[in-house]
Amino acid sequence: MSQLQSHSATAHEKPESQKLEGWNQPMELQPDGEAEILEVAMGPHHPSTHGVFRMDVALDGERVIRLKPVFGYLHRNHEKLGEGQSYLASMPYTDRLDYICSLTNNWAYALAVEKLTGQAVPERAEYLRVIVGELTRVQNHASSIGFLIQDMGASGTPLMYAFREREKILDLFEELTGARMMCNYMRFGGCRVDATQSWLDRTRKLVGELPAFADEFETLLCTNEILMARTQGVGILKPELAVNAGVTGPMLRASGVNYDIRKVDHYGIYDRFNFQVPLGDHWDVYDRFMIRLLELRESLKILEQALKEIPEGPVMDPKAKIRGFRPKPGEAYGRIEAPKGELGFYLISDGSPNPYRYRVRPPSLVNLTILEDMCLGNNVADVVLILGSVDIVLGEVDR
Amino acid sequence: MKTIEEIKAAIEAAVPGAGVEIVPNPSPSEQHSLRVAPAHALSVAKFLYDDADLRLDYLSNVTGVDWPDREIAEKVKVTRTVAKTVDGVEQSVEETVEETRKHVEPGYLEAVYHLYSVARKHGPVILRMRTANRGDQVEIPSLTPIWRSAEFQEREIFDLYGIVFTGHPDLRRILMWEGFKDYPMRKDYREPDDFEYEPTAHDEVLQRTLAHLAAGDAPVAGGQGTEGGR
Amino acid sequence: MLGEGLLKGLAVTAKNFAASYVSAERLTTVQYPEERIAPIEATRDFPFLVYDGEDWEAGLRCVACQICEKECPPKCIYIEKSKDKKPDFVGKMQIYPARFDIDISVCMSCQICVEVCPFEAIKMDTEFELSTTDRFGGLLHDRRALAKSNGHYRKIHPTEAGEVDARRAGEKAKAEAKAKLDAEAAAAKAAAAAKTAEPPAGAGD
Repeated sequence: MSQLQSHSATAHEKPESQKLEGWNQPMELQPDGEAEILEVAMGPHHPSTHGVFRMDVALDGERVIRLKPVFGYLHRNHEKLGEGQSYLASMPYTDRLDYICSLTNNWAYALAVEKLTGQAVPERAEYLRVIVGELTRVQNHASSIGFLIQDMGASGTPLMYAFREREKILDLFEELTGARMMCNYMRFGGCRVDATQSWLDRTRKLVGELPAFADEFETLLCTNEILMARTQGVGILKPELAVNAGVTGPMLRASGVNYDIRKVDHYGIYDRFNFQVPLGDHWDVYDRFMIRLLELRESLKILEQALKEIPEGPVMDPKAKIRGFRPKPGEAYGRIEAPKGELGFYLISDGSPNPYRYRVRPPSLVNLTILEDMCLGNNVADVVLILGSVDIVLGEVDR
Repeated sequence: MKTIEEIKAAIEAAVPGAGVEIVPNPSPSEQHSLRVAPAHALSVAKFLYDDADLRLDYLSNVTGVDWPDREIAEKVKVTRTVAKTVDGVEQSVEETVEETRKHVEPGYLEAVYHLYSVARKHGPVILRMRTANRGDQVEIPSLTPIWRSAEFQEREIFDLYGIVFTGHPDLRRILMWEGFKDYPMRKDYREPDDFEYEPTAHDEVLQRTLAHLAAGDAPVAGGQGTEGGR
Repeated sequence: MLGEGLLKGLAVTAKNFAASYVSAERLTTVQYPEERIAPIEATRDFPFLVYDGEDWEAGLRCVACQICEKECPPKCIYIEKSKDKKPDFVGKMQIYPARFDIDISVCMSCQICVEVCPFEAIKMDTEFELSTTDRFGGLLHDRRALAKSNGHYRKIHPTEAGEVDARRAGEKAKAEAKAKLDAEAAAAKAAAAAKTAEPPAGAGD
């Protein structure tokens, strides 16, 4: 066991790893018979690992007996950067955490800072946040399903259909915020710019057309025998274990647990909208895929309602400061239901313009805790599917 | 959900001798936390998990925080008896002088746990645990046996801050590579001086660049670098 | 029937394939660079400095206040102030930047510099085909490369430029009105002073 030396800390021993016993700890699988154990490193250069992600898999034939995720290849020390710059300057960096869903990242950060300072947000801004947030959820779920199906071997066709719709949504984002992916749109106290009437009309038109896309996607995929054979019964995650492992988002709901932060925390104005929370019965990969599709439809329902009810008004609180923003000392933890799960920001302020501690609680990282448990005993081919159903983005896992 | 005082009372009733302290939070978020002594952490955590009212079955976030040593300077009025010559006569006189006394408040590393309940749909209940110091006594018990979600997050705190979680099933570096020394998120972390030319350097980076340029070991790119007198 | 789901899926794919020959909606590939999509007005790529009029040095709006330099998250702006001053659009003497460099290999197009500039001097351009073979110098844009006219700004962001121009025209009108009032007040004061300095007509015995 190596000693860890450091400049600033005294050396101390890494403690003996003791395998914990318990229902929430992974069970040790033993190899059958005399076969040699094959250790495979899947990744980091791998087309199906959703980024630079490595899994050290120990195989007994085709069966997985141990799986250790290894990441940190995209670690950019976002949290330390946050300590060195002002609160506003961290906003563009939050875009780059879960780089597919930049607007929900912005929202989570803005929410945390607004909790820290008690800042109020005008109504029109809240509606705009819901609209762009749900559009983000739609394009994320469509892409995530597309990537899962691609990992299964469908060589990109469903993915490209999803991307076709995603392009329309990204064009809307570009018109509103100026950029397709790195939107930098939310501010502490509202949104950066207002949406024009023509933008809202075009969004309404798109939201009217998207259910047809969801129908087409469903016809293409849901009763496909190959998909059903590969995903049903694979990667089962029991509800109690899911909750204990901190799993959130569509993965938790596919395990039958009714916990959607939009309904639990009542943040923003989600209480005004009528939408359901789909839950899974069989807790497998097929359920996670179906839940994402069903949530896509629910998001479209929310969008219709929000676009109908959006009031006139300012989009930024006139008293909110852009420059010279110094929140009083204190701390706050703000979280939202991001498309991948619970995205939370924990901020400790000491009264200076820079945060004292800036922490991102990434849903993808915590969802990965349970990857080993789901993969043990399954074939190595299923590992790729199970990882695809967890829906990770390395920007978030590594920060 | 109960208020923070009620939760503290419930914990103290169930786990006798548990030194639980409320750490108030001055911000409008009103998310006050409970400071738990490391010796009783596992029993307190078990109670919070099992209690019928609280049922905190979901650990959402584990954060590490570094609080370095702080030097506090206080002005104190000190009365002393001094021998002074007054009108040519030596006398003992009482004198009041203002002195600046400095003392160092020792620093520590802290782990903050945000707990929610999926069963009761309430939260957050925030726990804090502090290490004894930032040097050699950095152990605190791991809460992974109770909440599995702490596994990777505690590994990250070990990696970036150096807190050793005793009882963790697999404590090794998670974001930095194996064999990396030092703890990057600490406030006194010094970045390695791997100098690379940057045309618009500011502050610290600019100082380092100028030092390298003066020392003559700057790999300045393409000959256009110095832009005259920088 | 086994395989029914597969056949239904194949029907969807076939429909999309056939329709891509007849419907523009289905054929979404744009043959870039021969074909280009119409640019969206709000798009932002890298910053540029706006100047009014014909002379880029005289008309440069930037007064080297360095607010954008401080607020820039990746610190890609470098400004050096000038020693002398030049008049701005309302005639007030302001310093200007002797050096204004933006390293676009570092810039992340977040647009915070535009948001915080009090003088409408820096705006976002829409050009992205900026690749060059000169790795370090080619991506460091200096004052000359960054300065583009207000006409260019009006062309790429018509709505925004319209608003900015209206605001500045308003400010100029206000400044001129104030200057006129000040001039009138000064003239009146001078006249009154001259009058009291003269001996009053028909006074005195």
